[in-house]
Amino acid sequence: MIKVSAKTKRYLVPIISVIAGFLIGAIIMLIWSYNPITAYSSMFASALGNMNGLGETIREATPLIFTAVGFAIASKAGFFNIGLPGQAQAGWLTSVWIVLANPTLPKYILLPLAILAGALAGAIVAGIAGFLRAYFGTNEVITTIMLNYIVLYLCQYLMQQVMPESLRNGADTTKDIPANGSLHLDWLSHLFGDSRINAGIFLGIGAILIYWFLMKKTTVGFEIKAVGLNPFASRYAGISAKKNIILSMLLSGGFAGIGGVVQGLGTYQNYFTQTSSINIGWDGLSVALLGNSTAIGILIASLLFSILKIGGLGMQTVAGVPYEIVSIVIAAIIFFIAIKYVFELLFAVNKTASYKHPLKKGTEIGPNNGVDGPNIKLQKEGPVL
Amino acid sequence: MNLTSLLALIVSSTLVYSAPLILASLGGVYSENSGIVNIGLEGIMTIGAFTSIIFNLTFAQDFGAATPWLGALVGAIFGLIFSLLHAFATINLHADHIISGTVLNLLAPPLGVFLIKAIYEKGQTPNITANFGYTNIPGLADIPVIGKVFFTNTSAPAWLAIIITVLLWWILYKTRIGLRLRSTGENPQAADTLGVNVYKMRYIGVLTSGFMAGLGGAVFAQSISGNFSISTIVGQGFMALAAVIFGKWNPIGAMLSSLFFGFAQSLSIIGNQLPGFEKIPTVYMQIAPYVITIVVLVVFLGKSVAPAAAGVNYIKSK
Repeated sequence: MIKVSAKTKRYLVPIISVIAGFLIGAIIMLIWSYNPITAYSSMFASALGNMNGLGETIREATPLIFTAVGFAIASKAGFFNIGLPGQAQAGWLTSVWIVLANPTLPKYILLPLAILAGALAGAIVAGIAGFLRAYFGTNEVITTIMLNYIVLYLCQYLMQQVMPESLRNGADTTKDIPANGSLHLDWLSHLFGDSRINAGIFLGIGAILIYWFLMKKTTVGFEIKAVGLNPFASRYAGISAKKNIILSMLLSGGFAGIGGVVQGLGTYQNYFTQTSSINIGWDGLSVALLGNSTAIGILIASLLFSILKIGGLGMQTVAGVPYEIVSIVIAAIIFFIAIKYVFELLFAVNKTASYKHPLKKGTEIGPNNGVDGPNIKLQKEGPVL
Repeated sequence: MNLTSLLALIVSSTLVYSAPLILASLGGVYSENSGIVNIGLEGIMTIGAFTSIIFNLTFAQDFGAATPWLGALVGAIFGLIFSLLHAFATINLHADHIISGTVLNLLAPPLGVFLIKAIYEKGQTPNITANFGYTNIPGLADIPVIGKVFFTNTSAPAWLAIIITVLLWWILYKTRIGLRLRSTGENPQAADTLGVNVYKMRYIGVLTSGFMAGLGGAVFAQSISGNFSISTIVGQGFMALAAVIFGKWNPIGAMLSSLFFGFAQSLSIIGNQLPGFEKIPTVYMQIAPYVITIVVLVVFLGKSVAPAAAGVNYIKSK
């Protein structure tokens, strides 16, 4: 058993999980006689070694930031929002549809409108689960899983049967969106070797800052966290659990929806038929779990997973290792995060370092009479209550 | 098309699509009744599908007609092995059941495709030659009308699944081990006090779910998809989970819900052959199982139908 401070331990869990995840990947590669060192070095080289790779890595991280922030807000309120894929997909289709249907609107109206509509679509999908949880106590894990598939098939139906044919190229792809609805920035793309990096990353950094501010500095964030920690105590303190459950799910779905918007208006510039739950949802969930739902953690974890995902493409061509090893590594990392109890066994928190007595020398704590609580500072010669 | 052959078509396609759901949902029932939530059914089914297809492709010429059945057994065994991860993480290492289950779902498809690429050097396997196909049940098929509708050109795995359902129902509700299993899902502290080995019971629950979901995946792959790729198992595991809930965590209920969901799924595929169904957009049939599950959860409000301690880790005090 190794003694560490509580703060160090917080960092150790994700770091060791990442290392262990990479090791699992290496072992699997060794079993099937691929060279893990070539694989990982070509991975990092192609994700970070040139401007195009760097741009694509940042582009890949953008939607993950949104879906991870979405997951984190719900998890602060005590919910496991596993419906990120559906919420993101709803945002994606909605935003692309709005832009395609209104190609003549000026950019400063169309773009914000499309982004907000995408956020709203995601928020509605998540809001259903929030509403059912608040008023009927329905388990949100099950409802959001079911909603994923409802959204998946509804989006197929809406795009193939309801969307006017003038907006589509055939049955499975929409037309490309016009420039005044796009997040594409010429100068940014050129700067990063003509990659698909887009203005979404600025929105993503904004989302991280908003998330941090919301949780740390506002009453809304405080109430959400309070409800997550103890709904009964929150209610006693006058915080409406129902309101905060629904609010946190709406915010969560809204962010996930923008994740989909960034895919549609930034990365792909269109929408195409999806046959399974979209990846950015599951990856966002993994990012939030690895980043322990902190703002900075989400940023770092989203970049790490993007390096894996973009670098994995290079690894496949250079080292000949199948791309799927990337997803295996990500799953392994989350597995190690899940079994963090092992870290409890390995590392003990050094209590003297982390729990210093809050009172200065010379002050004493009075008897706890149960009315005013234990923290009454008394002078040495003061009256005994 | 006369009425008998119309019914026969509906029944046989319902059975084909229900069989994997029945098997996997029975697994879900056992896991949840022992107190471990298993949303990893989807991932376990993927492993079952993947291993059975590999077995089938490799040994089809050796075993002939028995190949799909042996393949199903192989899929079930590998499903059981895969579910050990979930069991170990949740029971011994106190992991969150949802996160651990999600890991199974995240891990299984890439693992399968990685190995497929390593073995066959492409992203999906060739089609299998020995699949379950359609069977006439000897004896029963000769009964007039009923034999034609239910037992001719039907799915043998589905009938096997129905028999297994009755067996598992009997074990869960009529035997000592079933009572103990359910007690660890309702109140593990009390069960432990009375000398029930909670960890052991929960292992039995999760490993049964691994075996059954693996079997379900193998049956799906060898009777419906015919090969393995990243998109072989897409949502069947979650639909089985829905059947667990719709079936009120009871094996018989899960089977009936699976039959209903299988019926909805098959309607979205054979619907255009049926008079009166051509006009209904398939999307309604596709989303029906999921919508129904949400509605059922809302309607069940306040009635304690789920095992009380499902999803709660049991940490034995020292």
